[in-house]
Amino acid sequence: MTTPRVALFVTCLVDLIRPQIGFAAITALEAAGCEVIVPEAQTCCGQPALNSGDRKTAEDLARRAIAALEGYDHVVIPSGSCAATIRVHYPEILEHDATWGPRATALAAKTYEIMAYLDEVRGWKPEGVALPATATYHDSCSGLRELGIKRQPRRLLAAVDGLALKPLDGAETCCGFGGTFCVKYPAISNAIVAEKATAIDASGADLLLAGDLGCLMNMAGKLHREGSPVRAFHAIELIAGMGDGPAIGEEA
Amino acid sequence: MTTTFDQRVAEALADKNLKLAVERTAGTAEAKRTIAVDAFPDFESARTRAAAIKDHVVANLGHYLQQFEANATAAGAHVHWARTAQEACDIVVGLCKAANAKSVARSKSMLGEEIGLPHALAEAGIGRIETDLAEHIIQLSGERPSHIIWPAMHKTREQVSALFKTSHRNPHVEETIAAMAESARRHLREGMLAADVGISGANFLVADTGAVCTVTNEGNAELSLVPPRMHIVTAGIEKIVPSTGHAVHMLRMLSRSATGAPLSQYTTFYTGPKRAADRDGPEEMHIVLVDNGRTTMREEGLAEMLRCIRCGACMNHCVVFRQIGGHAYGGTYPGPMGAVLTPAFDGLKQSRDLPNACTLNGKCQEVCPVRIPLPTLLRGWREKSWREGLEPASLRSGLGTWAWFARRPRLYRAATAAALKSMRLMGRTGWLSKIPLAGGWTQYRDMPKPAAESFMAQYKKGRRS
Ligand code: SF4
Repeated sequence: MTTPRVALFVTCLVDLIRPQIGFAAITALEAAGCEVIVPEAQTCCGQPALNSGDRKTAEDLARRAIAALEGYDHVVIPSGSCAATIRVHYPEILEHDATWGPRATALAAKTYEIMAYLDEVRGWKPEGVALPATATYHDSCSGLRELGIKRQPRRLLAAVDGLALKPLDGAETCCGFGGTFCVKYPAISNAIVAEKATAIDASGADLLLAGDLGCLMNMAGKLHREGSPVRAFHAIELIAGMGDGPAIGEEA
Repeated sequence: MTTTFDQRVAEALADKNLKLAVERTAGTAEAKRTIAVDAFPDFESARTRAAAIKDHVVANLGHYLQQFEANATAAGAHVHWARTAQEACDIVVGLCKAANAKSVARSKSMLGEEIGLPHALAEAGIGRIETDLAEHIIQLSGERPSHIIWPAMHKTREQVSALFKTSHRNPHVEETIAAMAESARRHLREGMLAADVGISGANFLVADTGAVCTVTNEGNAELSLVPPRMHIVTAGIEKIVPSTGHAVHMLRMLSRSATGAPLSQYTTFYTGPKRAADRDGPEEMHIVLVDNGRTTMREEGLAEMLRCIRCGACMNHCVVFRQIGGHAYGGTYPGPMGAVLTPAFDGLKQSRDLPNACTLNGKCQEVCPVRIPLPTLLRGWREKSWREGLEPASLRSGLGTWAWFARRPRLYRAATAAALKSMRLMGRTGWLSKIPLAGGWTQYRDMPKPAAESFMAQYKKGRRS
């Protein structure tokens, strides 16, 4: 197999809050035989604008992201919701644009959420990675419903030695993050994430895993506020063998 | 609606009974639907067919409405047309007055709620008895329905028991569901038998037979529509299906999505009034076909919403509805479908919160039996709200600043680096429990401290793993 040139889209949250997820992504992609490039012109995929109704800005940021990312074999993103923005929504919002519409469609076809990419496209799984712990997995909504991500992370995590996955009650139920929703309607968001935190605690796991940093920040922030001992990681961190470092919110 | 969305939400979140009641009913409905759908051979293609039936009808509405009118008239019914809610109410009230009606028995109809029929009847001095058990509870407590299938889902059985004890002539003594239902039955049957007019909605209008189909689980439609002298149907024009076979397909989708049952307890097709050979039945049957904005919805990008068969699955599965209940939505229709419909009926200006107060998690679309792309329609309202300047200034300027930098990668990196630095100074541990401008977040949860250096900055310095 030839080595694909893979553009890593880092997502604004990963860039600013938890860079480790980006480095874990590079580690895993390289282990899976990819050449990884991080295009410098990338910033934000435009999802906050799109979901807030600011269509013009969303289209503008989409065009910029397309220009920055289209020159590679694949684009890989450690976030189901940003990947869905490019795969599902870019072609929709640029459909009316004769120049950018086709470019959006072409980019969408080669853009992947990282765990789906590693599992389905590369047929890869971690080797020699061990972490003795129990974890539970939350299926973030966009990845789950827009991209069909469910078994891929579980298959990858199953290859981590010593890691036991415990079922989470309501694993497919939204955690109440919803991008700007959590700051626009904080009381409703809190009621939703409070139930989530209870279910996570009840799972009996040491670690909470998911594929989207936004959801993880929401759930981890609630767990921490309530004094829960459960620690949170992006699943790719464990898969890349970085699950023995500080969890989200822990000082290095 | 005098209160704001935020006020109604605050009230709902503080109401422990509401939470308990909604969770009991919606939780049960969710579990039962899953079982019913799993047992259905190829539910996914059945959904596709249901969506196609409705799309076909909505695209050819004029044709099927004419066919329905001709066949219903041939069966002896009178068909009336109403463009607005007001016109619809005027027609119904006029018919009741012409029949010299003192009291009407109403079988639950969300369209009746939508057009404000209970209010119009009261204004005209016409007595009304709601015959659906849940609507009866609502009528006794002077409230509005909070769900389209279980209008009283916000009440616990303990609250209902107390209500019946103060309102029924011979209330139940034993604290069982059976005894409570018996008490309601005694009370309601008196009213049904005394009514001059029976008013119902329609789950489906069958074009090729002119029949009106209703489904209930209590048999109250049959009991309130057959004994009175006149039967009046009010129905949205999108309720049409081409044939009985199509109606049956939709019924299978409806009952499974709503309650998880393979079919409702009672399904009745009413075709015209009493015929010469019939022992029972109304002497007159009137069907009022109501537009009330539906044609406009079709023209303005909401055609897919006209597929809705009012099953309630979207709200039963909605994380937001499950927390705040139906009344918080402030319109006739709650939950995800209500968040799409209410701006169309009441105006976006006063209901812009509804399409916004959604996480866009997509669960509603996943369960909708007619595959309505609810998140896309909600996003459509957000776009309209943004275009029309209805979104709050704080959001507009916040997002605007973000986008301004996001268009300029170099400045974006400089600005975010500065922001990271100042955020790092704010907390002693890895968590922040107070952040200026993000009070909505930190009121309820902590925020992980951002990185000392962004990914891009570290990457540029050569870090690779
Ligand atoms: S939108 Fe779909 S799920 Fe919701 S009530 Fe209508 S048909 Fe049912």
